[in-house]
Amino acid sequence: MSEGHSTYTPKTGLGRWFDARMPLPRLVYDSFVAYPVPRNLNYAWTFGGILSIMLVAQILTGIVLAMHYTADTNLAFGSVEKIMRDVNSGWLLRYLHSNGASFFFVAVYIHIFRGLYYGSYKAPRELLWILGCIIYLLMMATGFMGYVLPWGQMSFWGATVITGFFSAIPLVGDWIQQLLLGGFAVDNPTLNRFFSLHYLLPFMIAGVVVLHVWALHVVGQSNPTGIEVKSKTDTVAFTPYATIKDAFGMIVFLFVFAYFVFYLPNYLGHPDNYTVANPLKTPAHIVPEWYFLPFYAILRAITFNVGPINSKLGGVLCMFGAIAMLFLVPWLDTSKVRSAVYRPWYKLFFWLFVVDAILLGWLGSQPAEGSYVFMAQMATLFYFAFFLIVLPVLGLIETPRRLPNSITEAVLEKNKGGSGHPAGATAAPETKG
Amino acid sequence: MKKILTSLALIGLVAAGTGAIAAEEAHNAAAPTHFPINEPKEMSWSFTGPFGTYDKAQLQRGLKVYKEVCSACHSMNLVAFRTLSDLGYSDAQIKTLSAEYTIHDGPNDAGDMFDRPGKPSDHFPAPFANEEAAAASNGGAAPPDMSLLAKARGVERGFPQFVFDIFTQYAQGGPDYIHSLLTGYDQTPPAGMVIPEGTHYNPYFMSGVSLKMPKPLSDGQVTYDDGSPQTIDQYSRDVSAFLMWAAEPHMEDRKKTGFRVLVFLLLFGALVYLTKRKVWEGVAH
Repeated sequence: MSEGHSTYTPKTGLGRWFDARMPLPRLVYDSFVAYPVPRNLNYAWTFGGILSIMLVAQILTGIVLAMHYTADTNLAFGSVEKIMRDVNSGWLLRYLHSNGASFFFVAVYIHIFRGLYYGSYKAPRELLWILGCIIYLLMMATGFMGYVLPWGQMSFWGATVITGFFSAIPLVGDWIQQLLLGGFAVDNPTLNRFFSLHYLLPFMIAGVVVLHVWALHVVGQSNPTGIEVKSKTDTVAFTPYATIKDAFGMIVFLFVFAYFVFYLPNYLGHPDNYTVANPLKTPAHIVPEWYFLPFYAILRAITFNVGPINSKLGGVLCMFGAIAMLFLVPWLDTSKVRSAVYRPWYKLFFWLFVVDAILLGWLGSQPAEGSYVFMAQMATLFYFAFFLIVLPVLGLIETPRRLPNSITEAVLEKNKGGSGHPAGATAAPETKG
Repeated sequence: MKKILTSLALIGLVAAGTGAIAAEEAHNAAAPTHFPINEPKEMSWSFTGPFGTYDKAQLQRGLKVYKEVCSACHSMNLVAFRTLSDLGYSDAQIKTLSAEYTIHDGPNDAGDMFDRPGKPSDHFPAPFANEEAAAASNGGAAPPDMSLLAKARGVERGFPQFVFDIFTQYAQGGPDYIHSLLTGYDQTPPAGMVIPEGTHYNPYFMSGVSLKMPKPLSDGQVTYDDGSPQTIDQYSRDVSAFLMWAAEPHMEDRKKTGFRVLVFLLLFGALVYLTKRKVWEGVAH
């Protein structure tokens, strides 16, 4: 952690000159070389680095794509096809960017689930977690607006459906919707402001990422045991230890990403988006991008009115509530123990929650009819129960396993043959890597 | 713990399966609720898999089918004549081919619109002046532009098939669908099924029981000079392959680049992994 004094000593005259005036090299050295990280971090901790390179990759490909794109309802679809056909390596840029958005979300979901599993949101990391939630929200807004830009059928109808949510808000809903759209329906003003905002938001994300990393460097990384760093033997230097491990994680991730970009570039998209937007022709099933599907399923699960709240407003409230839950997690979880490794019941419910989220995603892609609606309602119920019942109650009634005294002790016990851990197999998540 | 997780996963799967069966039961032969009635037939194509390439002879035949049959109603606005070099045509052949078309151009110096022979830089001209004219001449539904048809069509694969598709690199849903649709006419609808006036029954159509387009191809309709069979099935395969090229002209380049990228990442990854092992050697973690 960064309370320790800086050990940076410039070796050259120029280095000393700089250090006395603007100690940028010292900042970099302290943050990415000497920065102590827990020695027991597993590969789940490489996703922060992976997310950083995905953000940079998205910004770089996006800037070049914007040089060729035209934000006009009559020209947008054609300009994207021009990129695909005539711009040098344009197909590569566009497929990198569109699949990059998907893999950005793959990485962020793993990153969020890692935080939930190891209790990374607990004091003193609440602000770090909330900054992460803000990044996630900004990513969702960016992804949604980006999907509108090619002006295909799903772009148009997805935008119509999602901006329609805002009209459900009492009193100010219609006004907000018209402000978002720049009119009464999705049209040229909508496309133009979405393009402008789609270009702006990634830089806001980058800004919040700086705050996120800053907060991280103040409180230090959590680790698979959830025990705070106590002595120097608990940590290793960021470089070379974390650097090389992050690098390997990134390459494996990029391998999977490249597999999709080059062999299945349209797998994660919808065929309808290769048909130009037609306001007079509604597609049979309007589905958002895959990374919104769980929330879409929650939205559509509310098919009933509750008192003064009609089903539409109820669905919208539940959908935004589902995201709001994440912000509240640091205070909903009452457990003193951070890591699920030492919480047998929490571990079970965590994996149930993962299955539930995947099930909701699948239900979001299916038509809202028949037994799918009931399944979505049950899955939504569990989603909220996990946050509002399981997290607060489990912390009070669960008996955690015996915690090691320090990270070093945990590591040494494990390397002796795991005798300190009950049932070696269940402790597997922290042994990887 | 593992056991509990496994059984829970099983319960989830069973629940999902029951939902699918319930949806299936609503399926009545005379009044189907889910389309297409028949799943598209999976064909073998030269362009599938990590090393797939377009069969140039097939694309040339497909172009012939498009020119002689489809282009009477379907535009292909995004495809330029110059790109036909991908099909193996020389510059001179492309010049001749484009000159067969008349392009409406202008205005000239006097402010008049005029017709001129096509140039390689022109795109395929549309058969109708605008979408309204296309709709009016085709019973109210404008025939879709064909430039992207092979990527704009695809029947949902469903669970668990869509998981397997990642590993088999199934990306030919468009051509499979087009081929099935073109060969899916001439079938007798189930007894009691109502086929709307002016439409044609086709169990492979993805948006209903029937479509406005009448059966477009018949055996022997297009003459092939390379000895390929002159059958509906062959025409359909060739034009589907051609449309895949029209929708994704840089596919070969993409797959070739992809192979190099993956080999690079594999080697680089192996080296970084060995370095990582060396760095962490002796550091218990």
